[in-house]
Amino acid sequence: MNIIVCVKQVPDTTVVKIDPVKGTLIREGVPSIMNPDDKGGLELALRLKDQFGANVTVISMGPPQADVMLREALAMGADRAILLSDRKFAGADTLATSYALSGLCRVLDYDLIIAGRQAIDGDTAQVGPELAEHLGLPQITYVADAKLLENGNLQVDKENEDGIQVLEVEGKCLLTVLASAFEPRYMSVSGIMEAYDKEVEVWSADKIDVEEGKLGLAGSPTKVFKSFPKAMKAPGEVHEVTPEEAVELIVNQLKVKHII
Amino acid sequence: MDKKDYKNVFVFAEQREGVIQPVAFELLGKARDLADALGEKVVAMLLGCGIKDQAQALIEQGADEVIVADAPELKDFLSEQYSQAVGQIITERKPSIVLYGATTIGRDLAPRIASRLKTGLTADCTKLEIEPDKDGEPEFRMTRPAFGGNLMATIICPNTRPQMSTVRPGVMQKMQRQQGRQGVVTEFTPQFDASKFKVKLVKTIKADKQVADISEAKILVSGGRGVHDKEGFDKLQALADVLGGQVASSRAMVDNGVMPHEVQVGQTGKTVRPGLYMACGISGAIQHLAGMEESDYIIAINKDKFAPIFSVADLGIVGDLHKIVPMLTERIKRELEK
Repeated sequence: MNIIVCVKQVPDTTVVKIDPVKGTLIREGVPSIMNPDDKGGLELALRLKDQFGANVTVISMGPPQADVMLREALAMGADRAILLSDRKFAGADTLATSYALSGLCRVLDYDLIIAGRQAIDGDTAQVGPELAEHLGLPQITYVADAKLLENGNLQVDKENEDGIQVLEVEGKCLLTVLASAFEPRYMSVSGIMEAYDKEVEVWSADKIDVEEGKLGLAGSPTKVFKSFPKAMKAPGEVHEVTPEEAVELIVNQLKVKHII
Repeated sequence: MDKKDYKNVFVFAEQREGVIQPVAFELLGKARDLADALGEKVVAMLLGCGIKDQAQALIEQGADEVIVADAPELKDFLSEQYSQAVGQIITERKPSIVLYGATTIGRDLAPRIASRLKTGLTADCTKLEIEPDKDGEPEFRMTRPAFGGNLMATIICPNTRPQMSTVRPGVMQKMQRQQGRQGVVTEFTPQFDASKFKVKLVKTIKADKQVADISEAKILVSGGRGVHDKEGFDKLQALADVLGGQVASSRAMVDNGVMPHEVQVGQTGKTVRPGLYMACGISGAIQHLAGMEESDYIIAINKDKFAPIFSVADLGIVGDLHKIVPMLTERIKRELEK
């Protein structure tokens, strides 16, 4: 079985800070990490590899620095890593990104594509389903479990707000995976050694099956009109008081607001 | 493509087990504003099996027309079946704008449609508005949080149609129901290509305990790391009970297994805007604030006077919730008995 796993290098948004004076994003010192849902997807691929044998190829689109993340994927147990890196991809929204990835997938052999549900820097959850549509593949999103059945089909648990849908899919498909369902393994020492002997292949746009006009900014239907720091509302009063006084303050306000 | 051919604001009216979801009515409320600003109509798409008689509810909540696709293939949500039907409706009817709920259904369907129709989609919008562009033409602007809620970005979709967005449940406000409001119901018969149906529903497992949806609650008593454990949440539950509210949680207490994911507030949980949000022992990471700062009235109790939660609280108390919450519960009980 050949599995493609889509991964993205993202800033760790849980440690991003806002400059209190300028109200802008402080990016210095923010570590770059493998997007958590994508890492969960890689873990699922590696579990399928452990159980049934598989060839796992990790792919990513991004700047040359993403090399580090792809080596981490190799050290976890991936067999091959390809980085799509070209100025022609710059400024891509989710549609242009998924289109570029589809061009790469088309020139690779695959039975299954796994992506993370969403990336923590954009939180759109769009690239997976858009990629599936470009390739004409069935999709299952919000995947919490997947196993291979004897008939060769995959049985997949999709986690919804109100419970779980158990789905069976025939043939090639694309899954988007929840990090919470697949605790990722650590890199092994031998894996780390091997990862630095393996090559991270860096591919430009002319190696993949795409029309150039549909890449990057030109191929992106959405444009950023403006971005701005979030307007914080004026903070209310903060009281350092005894518990008894605190209760009085709260009860009074609840009365004013007609809550009690 | 001529943009002038595209008209009207469409809403995907999500149903589960034949019940139209609250987010559909919230989207209709916003669609009404947008359509009025454009001088266009609000059209709801209602897909399912045996659901036609519910179209009137959508009309009474703001739809001018309801397109009903009633077919056994559409009974349960499945990506391909729904993509074919919604794709065909949009291709035939050419809306200028399409709104979806940012649920596990909407976030599965909408990007599939965007990719099929080669148009733009903006996820998890918190603000949707029509403003004049530089030529004075009305422009659809979609604002959403980015970088984990650290920044806001306003997105436009200038050259392709329809312009599409998803919006989380609880973000937009539904309009007052107008009983007897008139509208058109149009039946649509999708032309299914069953050869593409590769995913079968084996079974549905409902979550064991039906936790009431926190995004519908009027009062939320929410706890974070400072609550410590299940016993701590029992104190919050007692307070929620006397107030007639529900208990919610920060991400930290979901990740450590104390509370279920269904009650998580924030970027990776739910967006809530109750009348009263009581944040107990929650420091207020930006991802949490993004999910609750639109609440009408926010009370925060935290030991750390520098906790960021105080920056959004209307009333902040620096103190020990384990002392204050039980005393407050007893006091409110006495007040209500008066």
